[in-house]
Amino acid sequence: MIDFSADTLALIFACLTALSVFLYCILDGYDLGVGITLPMKSEAQRNISIASIGPFWDANETWLVLAVGLLLVAFPTAHSAILKALYLPATGMLIGLILRGVAFDFRAKVHVTKKYRWDWLFKIGSVWASFCQGFMLGIYVMGLEYRTETVVFGMFSGCCVVAAYALIGNAWLVLKTSDDLQLRSIRLCKQCGAISLFGIIAVSMINPIVNSNVLAIWSTPPWAYFYAIIPLVCFAMFALGYAVLKKLPTKNDKGAALPFIISIVIFTMCFAGLAISFYPYAVPNQLTLFEAASSAESLTIILYGAIFVIPIICCYTVFAYYTFRGKADQLQYY
Amino acid sequence: MDVFVLSRIQFAANISFHILFPTISIALGWLLFYFKVRFGLSKHPVWMRAYRFWVKVFALTFALGVVSGITMSFQFGTNWPGFMERIGNIAGPLLAYEVLTAFFLEATLLGVMLFGVNKVKDWVHTLATFLVAFGTTMSAFWILVLNSWMHTPAGVEIIDGVVHAKDWFAIIFNPSFPYRFAHTLLASALTVSFLVAGISAYRLLRGDNKKAPNITLKTALLCAMVFAPLQAFVGDLHGLNTLKHQPAKVAAMEGAWQTQEGLPLVVFGIPDQELKENRYAIEIPNLASLILTHDAKGEIRGLEEFEGEHPPVAPVFFGFRTMVGMGLCMILVAWWCGITLLRKRSFSRFQLNVLVAMSFSGWLATLAGWYVTEIGRQPYLVSGILKTSEAVTDIAGENVALTLGIYVSLYIVLLLAYVKTLFRMAKKSVLVEEYDLDMSGSRSVIKNSSHKGEMA
Repeated sequence: MIDFSADTLALIFACLTALSVFLYCILDGYDLGVGITLPMKSEAQRNISIASIGPFWDANETWLVLAVGLLLVAFPTAHSAILKALYLPATGMLIGLILRGVAFDFRAKVHVTKKYRWDWLFKIGSVWASFCQGFMLGIYVMGLEYRTETVVFGMFSGCCVVAAYALIGNAWLVLKTSDDLQLRSIRLCKQCGAISLFGIIAVSMINPIVNSNVLAIWSTPPWAYFYAIIPLVCFAMFALGYAVLKKLPTKNDKGAALPFIISIVIFTMCFAGLAISFYPYAVPNQLTLFEAASSAESLTIILYGAIFVIPIICCYTVFAYYTFRGKADQLQYY
Repeated sequence: MDVFVLSRIQFAANISFHILFPTISIALGWLLFYFKVRFGLSKHPVWMRAYRFWVKVFALTFALGVVSGITMSFQFGTNWPGFMERIGNIAGPLLAYEVLTAFFLEATLLGVMLFGVNKVKDWVHTLATFLVAFGTTMSAFWILVLNSWMHTPAGVEIIDGVVHAKDWFAIIFNPSFPYRFAHTLLASALTVSFLVAGISAYRLLRGDNKKAPNITLKTALLCAMVFAPLQAFVGDLHGLNTLKHQPAKVAAMEGAWQTQEGLPLVVFGIPDQELKENRYAIEIPNLASLILTHDAKGEIRGLEEFEGEHPPVAPVFFGFRTMVGMGLCMILVAWWCGITLLRKRSFSRFQLNVLVAMSFSGWLATLAGWYVTEIGRQPYLVSGILKTSEAVTDIAGENVALTLGIYVSLYIVLLLAYVKTLFRMAKKSVLVEEYDLDMSGSRSVIKNSSHKGEMA
């Protein structure tokens, strides 16, 4: 066995935790997004939308359990400090996730007249859970303090995350659906993309104004030149995405996967930007991830398990996505 | 109320609600695997009918288990930060291994199990069903390792109040683990046996004369006939193990205030913590000693020896009687109906009604047993190492009161919706034709004539 130093382990686990949060945002992001813009006017479209995320959403939410679990086991003091400060919004998010999760399964088993009500619950739960996540992100960026301006920023951030999830959710639907629903998703992608772009610009302006060390990180050469790639790529992706959406839908459905891929790149850039801004802090301006890390002995044991198991998880996740490739309306309900 | 009491009630409410669903999904996963294997061997469509009905129940149960489980991972840190501070070196790796080896496996392959029957080869679908069942059992394994370790800690050393692992084999196979694991898995098997028997009986009562409910009722009853007595035996072994390692818990279960030889079994009574006696007690002389020490004159240590270190008596005392009472009911009903089955007679309406009434008896017994063991560990969170009061949070009590109120009202609504939906599904399935299963072609294709546009 290799003995890692405590700092190396802290860094590895910070990367693993960040990776889990990131994968959660993309994966549950698209299924929350499908819920956010669930078409309430057409039951057939709702059935297809929900069928497109049916085989995946349980596993998508497991990334949240892993992310919070890794934070808990690798950075227990940060877990407790962050989530105690975010106690009420986190509970709000959990209630939202519970409501949409059960609505998803109840809708198919109840009488047709009640199905519509569960669908509404699914939609509201999705919006609410996403909003709470964005609110938590906003409060985190604001240093986990509640003042009028931080709460306003949190609510703004909540709306941005709802829009961003709706963007990736509709990009997913462009990939997985056809005909009217696909057209609707393309239209919504454009709208949500515009709101997301506005949100990203606003947050990128406000963050360095509020946090002076964030400004320092982004403006000190030589790394600042390197970091400048992130916003450039991000904006280029928005431009590319808009061009692609204008061409869609195409014959043979060529390029239908592009909006989803572009959304993933946008998410990656935003996430990288936030990660760079806050490194090396686990709790903004209070606690670094090196101070928050748990003992090297327990981290080493988890690491060996993770190295062995995560490739296996990736294998059967790929298998699941491969099994349910193609359009969701061809998915046989079971 | 202070944040300590509120946090305890909230955690109890969350975990009580959560445990209901894994208790069903563990054994139901294996039952579905059995149905699928029987179908694979016989190609008789009735096994696929049974699979189709119960996999929907499984999907609903699993979803409730997932969403109610996420709240746990938040509350460890928000309400019980002292837990990870002091025993994070043990709890951390165990929880991480649970997520890595179990949660992803079951959640990912559930999609293939629910929607993949026509998308993958038949054996791959059977394998997915197996792996989901295996995943649920693995998660039970890891979480019960941690839970058992909290009852009977072993394999560690304590440096400056923080627990460090010394011997992982001793931690995982701590003294109470084998008993608790067997007891919990059997509880799951019994819960599912009675649930399947009850819902199937309900379908028969509503005039369902298809083969599927008959065959599921038969399977469930045969399971119950074996598992109910086996559970009594394993439960007894678990009790002896508890007597050895947690005598204060057993004293509370028995309502034994004084240490004495030839302890009577208190069939009923009201434990009074002020007077330190059981009021209105009905007792059978020497029986408790006989059960616990296999000697009518055996000595049992009473609560007086654990002053200030023993759990509140009444909930443990009543919880134990509820669990044992339910267990005895299960043995009686299983064998009463099982004998009818073995003699190839048909069930009376009365028998079917009793089975319907017993549908959720497993939940009641499981919760009662869970309260006995968890409250029985108090005032400790980790026996002898960490008191529950030392682990509690410093967040505002009002916030916890607010979230507790929201959780409890939500849980009540969801529980009612779940039970109602299960019976609704049973009612609906009565109207479905015998086999809508097309046997032509190399692979079985399921036509969803009556369920179009529905899923899971």
